[in-house]
Amino acid sequence: MDYGLDTKSTRLKTFNTIFIITWLLIACFPFIWTFWGSFKVRADFFSRSDWWYAISAFNTLIETGGKFTTNAYTEAWTEGEFWKASKNTIIVTVFVVSISLFLGTLGAYALSRSTEKYAFWILMIALIFRAMPHITLVSGYLFPFFELQIWGILPTTIVVLVAINQPFTLWLLYSFFKTVPKELDESALIDGCSYFQAFRHIIMPVMWPGVITAGLFSLMLAYNDFTVTALLLNQENHTMVPKIQSYLGTNQHEGNLMWAVSAVVSATAPLFMLVMFFQRQVISGLTAGAVKG
Amino acid sequence: MPNKTFFWFFLPTGLAMILFIGLPIISTGIQSFYAQHDQIVKEVKKCDPFGCTVSIVVDNEETTKIREAKPLGKFNGFGTYTDRNHLALDEIKKFWNETESFGAFIDQVTNLPFYKALIFTLTYCLFVTPNVLLLGFIIALSLNAVARKIRGPLIFGTILPMIVTPLVGSLVLFWMIDSQGIIGANIQNLMNDPYLSLKSSKTLTWITIIIYGIWHHSPFAFVVFYAALQTVPQEPIEAAIIDGASRLQRIKHIVLPHIYPVVTFVALISLMDNFRVFEPIIGFSAEGSAQSLSWLIYDNLVNEEVILFGSAAATSMMTIIGIAILLAPVLIRTWKEFKTAR
Repeated sequence: MDYGLDTKSTRLKTFNTIFIITWLLIACFPFIWTFWGSFKVRADFFSRSDWWYAISAFNTLIETGGKFTTNAYTEAWTEGEFWKASKNTIIVTVFVVSISLFLGTLGAYALSRSTEKYAFWILMIALIFRAMPHITLVSGYLFPFFELQIWGILPTTIVVLVAINQPFTLWLLYSFFKTVPKELDESALIDGCSYFQAFRHIIMPVMWPGVITAGLFSLMLAYNDFTVTALLLNQENHTMVPKIQSYLGTNQHEGNLMWAVSAVVSATAPLFMLVMFFQRQVISGLTAGAVKG
Repeated sequence: MPNKTFFWFFLPTGLAMILFIGLPIISTGIQSFYAQHDQIVKEVKKCDPFGCTVSIVVDNEETTKIREAKPLGKFNGFGTYTDRNHLALDEIKKFWNETESFGAFIDQVTNLPFYKALIFTLTYCLFVTPNVLLLGFIIALSLNAVARKIRGPLIFGTILPMIVTPLVGSLVLFWMIDSQGIIGANIQNLMNDPYLSLKSSKTLTWITIIIYGIWHHSPFAFVVFYAALQTVPQEPIEAAIIDGASRLQRIKHIVLPHIYPVVTFVALISLMDNFRVFEPIIGFSAEGSAQSLSWLIYDNLVNEEVILFGSAAATSMMTIIGIAILLAPVLIRTWKEFKTAR
């Protein structure tokens, strides 16, 4: 609210600045700290004797001869087979994004152009589906998938993620399509286009911002998913997030914490870069649903 | 749009949702009425020079056979729902008769796995949701007051906790709060208690997970509120300033009423998300002192010996009922609006 009438006192301004800086520290410092620590050895980042070692790199110097080491990364990517996990993540993400955009744009366009009552009910059902905890759906999948012997492979997971993603994609694209004036495709219909041609040649070209936003959210869902990928994929096909969990170790076998730290950084960095690049789309996507109330 | 065209446009996505969201819910419902087979035992007579002994061993062959014949397990009706790991009706009746005071009764009941998880889930929702709304609103107000030029990077920094997956987010915090991490070690020094750690206290674990929840979800509330603040009309605010309204009064009487629909939207979404809390429990390795409903289901599904489909399904069905109760007011309101609109 920066306009002439609203004058802020200096005290309020200082208070505001301090608040924002504190919040940004709370929000960002954990990531900066993990990034910093991923170049240390375990004895430093998880120091039993003195936390200051994580900064002075006491043990890293002794063990590797330098203040920074990329050992954790090289080991996790080769020995820990993180390369395989990232390959799987890329496959899953690419397919989930393209399939859910294809299905979602068709469905949402139909919903936004329908004047029938059932369109409203479909949207309501989608909202209920959106509220389902993923783990309850997974508990429904496991048994049939075992019986059909399609458990553990990537295609199954891709289809499941696409389906889980549909309710949100539909709502998001529906609210975007609603903003495109009806007259645009109606005039095309009068000129003799079929609905599909109108959709393909008239609507899609003006819809790119909406499609990019929906794509970003499908990407984040597929990339970040833990529940579905951890339970529906076998060890061999694990994507990044379940792989990170497997590095943590269990009661039965000890994990390798530094692998987990470097894997967390490797998995988070591309996501941050992507969001930095598409920040405006992410925000418009989050608010698209909200504006409707 | 004609019905036929609508059908073909909607078919792919509708099919995907029916097959992989609608059917699984039904499948969960069916599974919840079955329980895994008991192991079939047989008596084996062993004779040696000193006499004969009869021992009972598991008949692996028969057990496998019946598992293959009826993979779903044996029909159990509502048995799984009422057993000790779920609603525990018998146990509650027993506690009611045996315990002397009401407090002791509550103590006993809240130690049962399902009620323990339910209480944690509800506590988490109860503390996280309002705080997320409040913090998100304050950050939005505060960022809205800084110069436009530097807002971009500030917003990017603010939404970071939201875009990482909950598992990674909780791990990143856990590594700092753990007794060997930077914050944990400093708190130990400060309190002069070398044994103080997250895992040692149930209350501390709960507080940490709740703080994590607020940290993770506030950015979402912020983004929505921030966007809503951009649409607040300026004229009434200017009028209020001229009339001498204080900043607080302006927020209370002009800004809040304007963004009220958005507040209910954020509250609903974050309530839905908080109710499924699960990954932070794994990230903080807090299974010992904090369990949520979703975690119970996960635990049944990764069971080492036999996957407890029935038990997981029963908990799932009750979670779905919980979600339905949460959503009911919204659905009823929408239905009423829809009816009056016609």
